[in-house]
Amino acid sequence: MAPLFYIFAAVAILAGLSVVLQRTPVYSALSLIVVLCSLAVVYLLLGAEFLAVVQVIIYAGAIMVLFVLVIMLLNARQESPTDRSRIARIAGVPLLAVFVAEILVAVWGQFGNSASPAPHGFDAGPRAVGELLFRNYVLPFEVTSVLILVAVLGAVVLAKKQL
Amino acid sequence: MATNSDFLVTVLLAFVRVVVVLVVLLTAIAYAVWLERKVVAHIQSRWGPYLVGPHGLLQPVADALKFLFKEDILPREVDRVVYYLAPFLAFTLAFASISVIPFGTSITIAGRTIPFEITNLNVGLLFVLAVTSLGVYGVVLAGWSSNSKFPLFGGLRSCAQMISYELALGLAVVGVVLISGSLSLREIVEHQQHHVWNIVIQPLGFLLYFTAAIAETNRTPFDLPEAESELVGGFHTEYSSFKFAMFFMAEYANIVTVSCLATLLFFGGWSGPVFGPPLLRALVPTFWFCAKVFCFLFVYIWIRGTLPRFRYDQLMSFGWRVLLPVGLLNVLLTGFLVAWGVI
Repeated sequence: MAPLFYIFAAVAILAGLSVVLQRTPVYSALSLIVVLCSLAVVYLLLGAEFLAVVQVIIYAGAIMVLFVLVIMLLNARQESPTDRSRIARIAGVPLLAVFVAEILVAVWGQFGNSASPAPHGFDAGPRAVGELLFRNYVLPFEVTSVLILVAVLGAVVLAKKQL
Repeated sequence: MATNSDFLVTVLLAFVRVVVVLVVLLTAIAYAVWLERKVVAHIQSRWGPYLVGPHGLLQPVADALKFLFKEDILPREVDRVVYYLAPFLAFTLAFASISVIPFGTSITIAGRTIPFEITNLNVGLLFVLAVTSLGVYGVVLAGWSSNSKFPLFGGLRSCAQMISYELALGLAVVGVVLISGSLSLREIVEHQQHHVWNIVIQPLGFLLYFTAAIAETNRTPFDLPEAESELVGGFHTEYSSFKFAMFFMAEYANIVTVSCLATLLFFGGWSGPVFGPPLLRALVPTFWFCAKVFCFLFVYIWIRGTLPRFRYDQLMSFGWRVLLPVGLLNVLLTGFLVAWGVI
């Protein structure tokens, strides 16, 4: 399992870099799909088949399709470089360093504990996820759906104003 | 040493299963095309292919050779990487979903049980849906990268259509999942063998599934993405030679997959009368499975030969205003019935 993990982790990181560095928006979107699919494979290696498949269905199969659709509708071929903002130039590198350090500390803290990130008797099947979602976390779940509904209504109102 | 040879045999068996399934699938696709031309021809009082071989039976071979030897045209100003990627994506994804479809029970040879499937995933149903939902990229990217207006319209239409009907497709199978309490295709079939076929208790779910599946595979009457009278050929207008053949095969592979899924989910999969010696007992279920899938393929072609194409706005409003609410209603009803212990 370990070699597979390293292969797909490397693919995810390389594709992630490609998302940022590509000039053509469609290539960026495609790279993001590769990132999402390699993360799904990592979930699969952890024994979370349900999460892996849901990751592909929702992120790669639904959300990214909308991204690609919008890029196609705008017919964005190649990005023209703009004058980079001054804030990004000054604060970018230090913020990046802080972020990387934070992740390193978090990963470092995990390494000593156990070899496998998934504890014994860990169940990520649809039944377990469903029970957690609708028993323990039912309030956050419902609040999230209301939030999404508000966003949908907002989008409709904005679109109607322009019509 | 024993474990080593055991491992080798396992790998070899897996390889043999993959090869057998692929060969059968490719043959089925080739003859589905022949069947389609024949059936549509008879519906229209014609003979269909008749010259190559008896009753045109060698027509698929001739077509494949023709595709191989046609000139491979690369239009100017296309986005090369994506242009080449799109048909491969469509083809690979269409063939990937067949890997979790079980075709029958299992056969025991020399103390080794070989199940009739490539792999058994405990979320097999979701895997098929996931791969289907990725299939839209092949079409969309082909439309975009061709840098031509008809493919672009075809790609956009197909994108909108597949997103809309994926929801209905997902909702249609929720009822079945609620009843059998499992996402594994094998367990869903086994549940039907112990109870009744799901078509009896999920007629609405089946109608929804079948309608959404036709739209999802871009077939008449929902074949707007490739409506030849308005879009030339839709997303594959600029593709020629073998790249076109790959789109073609992907389309038929998708039809076979949704037919397999309809059989597994609603018509008891490989269940049917079984008789005879052990070897026959192992093979007869697979025969029933193939017979049911064949019936679905025939109905698909029959629908194509009978119904005219929808208009684009009709298609969208049908998906969102009819299929989606009915799907939600079906889930609600089935949920109540399961909760009360009726089914």
